[in-house]
Amino acid sequence: MRIVFKTDYMQDIRPWKDSFQLTMYLILLVIVAAAPWLLDDFYLGELTNVLIWAIAGLGLMILTGHTGQVSLGHAAFLAFGCYANVILIEAGVPFLIAFPLAGILTGIAGVTVAIPALRLHGIYLAIFTMALSILMDDVIVLAEPITGGVAGKYLGGVEIFGHLVDRWATPDQFFWLVLIVAIFVTLGYINLLRAPLGRSFIAVRDSEVSAQAMGVDVAKTKTLSFALSCAVTGWAGALMGLYAGAFNNETFSVIISIQLLMMIVIGGLGSIHGAFLGAIVIGFLPQFLSISKEYVAAAFGGNTVAIPGLEFGIFGAILICFILFEPMGMYGRWLKIRTWFELFPFYRKDMFKRQKSYLKTERLR
Amino acid sequence: MDNAQLLISGLANGCVYGLIALGFVLIYKATEAVNFAQGDFMMLGAFVTIGLTNTEYMGLPFWLALPISLGIMGALGYLLDRLIIRRLFGESQTAVVILTIALGFVIRFVAGLIWGHEPQTLQNPLAGKEVRFGGLVLGMEDVAVIVVTILLTWGLYVFFSKTRLGLAMQGASQNQLAAYYMGIPVKRVQGIIWALAGVVAGIAGILFAAKGSVDPTTGLLGIKAFAAAVIGGFGSLPGALAGGLIVGVIEPFASRYIAAGYSQIAPYALLLAVLIFRPNGLFSQVRVKKV
Repeated sequence: MRIVFKTDYMQDIRPWKDSFQLTMYLILLVIVAAAPWLLDDFYLGELTNVLIWAIAGLGLMILTGHTGQVSLGHAAFLAFGCYANVILIEAGVPFLIAFPLAGILTGIAGVTVAIPALRLHGIYLAIFTMALSILMDDVIVLAEPITGGVAGKYLGGVEIFGHLVDRWATPDQFFWLVLIVAIFVTLGYINLLRAPLGRSFIAVRDSEVSAQAMGVDVAKTKTLSFALSCAVTGWAGALMGLYAGAFNNETFSVIISIQLLMMIVIGGLGSIHGAFLGAIVIGFLPQFLSISKEYVAAAFGGNTVAIPGLEFGIFGAILICFILFEPMGMYGRWLKIRTWFELFPFYRKDMFKRQKSYLKTERLR
Repeated sequence: MDNAQLLISGLANGCVYGLIALGFVLIYKATEAVNFAQGDFMMLGAFVTIGLTNTEYMGLPFWLALPISLGIMGALGYLLDRLIIRRLFGESQTAVVILTIALGFVIRFVAGLIWGHEPQTLQNPLAGKEVRFGGLVLGMEDVAVIVVTILLTWGLYVFFSKTRLGLAMQGASQNQLAAYYMGIPVKRVQGIIWALAGVVAGIAGILFAAKGSVDPTTGLLGIKAFAAAVIGGFGSLPGALAGGLIVGVIEPFASRYIAAGYSQIAPYALLLAVLIFRPNGLFSQVRVKKV
């Protein structure tokens, strides 16, 4: 077990715990950055997909994991970011300006949603955002002159300094583009969490009343959380659009919203690692299922049968198991395993016990 | 006369939404959780009944299959609470929300495995019969839906406001700890309410399958029932029915009088409007506590 002896406050709020941890993350970064040389084009594409989902997960994590506002409608913001990006590029704006602008515009859209949503709590907020996500589908169809409606839009590659970055022609460069955005967002997130704003997010999540008593402006904090969350989600949406190439109103359906929420729950709510771990599950599950289906078919000598809905069924079952047995997600399980090794043999079963709260109605306040 | 016809068909649809919404409200009233899988429960109830009655499956007589399938749905609801939901006792509501969404995925998958993905109709004694009423033509199923829904809502309303068990359920939701102290078996009450919600979902499923066809994705109808429950205010049984009727009636009128594309938005736009302007529903139960 490593003991970190903290001698001043700056060391306490430093983003990394000690030089060992920093080295490990740098090694991980180097390995991931070298992926284009290690993987073939198919798996590189899948890895890119995972990273994009992770960025979207980070976006939702700000709102749901750290501010405690459950959103079932983040696909709407994915769509907003995606369309904003493409429309700006089609208008002749260079990608390096259009892309940040798409995120900022989505953030502004998030604020306009946040203002009515401020009065809503828990389940009502979830339903409100879910309805938004459903409406977004229809709005895209109705706004056909701008969005291309059901026919959708198509975006080949983008040019960065006269250099074509395209998912199909130059997959390695597209991968690095996504990786840079992911690193940028993650570093921003880490910094946010040690800044006063991030702390007030967590305060609002844990108890609105206490946060208010400590001088946190709850309405402002929630609105900012929506803004940041939606901006990051907008960037993820823009990248998703580039990744998919062609998209229409059905690309960002309410199912994507639900998947996104489930992803961060599986990964672990309230942790940056959780977004990445969840994205790995959601990105590789379809591949894993099709490979294992082939394996089963080979072992028992049958044909591979297509089972519709299998992916979602398995995904739902995994999620149920996580909520029942590991509410803190994959990252929570990792923390427990790590603590077990670090404290061996002094780990106790109830070290991570969560306090139960008995329910009081929200109807009669 | 056209409008009257639209109104009646809207009412019949609205009753189905209302029945699903009743399921939400039942669980919300007694446990303060929302079952996002209620729509899929309804779909399951429909398929269980189809599996029992339709000639290509077991071919039991309809009136025999009816109580059996309701019993199965009740047992499923109880087991669900016993095996899964009860473990979440004392966790946040969000956990239950996410759990039931996942459960919906699993139910849809299992139903697709067992009964396939083709739309199917329930073979029932009311099929094809009509009631003529002053120039209006009503399907016998539509009449059955409306009558059953009204009776069920009334019955549940009386149950909650008059009987000991119903009052115990309300108490358990308002303050679990205090309800324990008053000797209410909170866990058992929760099990009963989930079983009851299963039965209500079964009834909704049977009526829906008699009116039209079901396939595993029918459960997504639950989203419209959400609109109904929210419009009615989540804590009120008559409110849920009223919300369902509002949503059901708006749909055919919107598709008739508003340009295509805008009409399907109508229920959700109404939902958003209600949430923005009256966040606790039209039939609100929230009272501000005074010191």
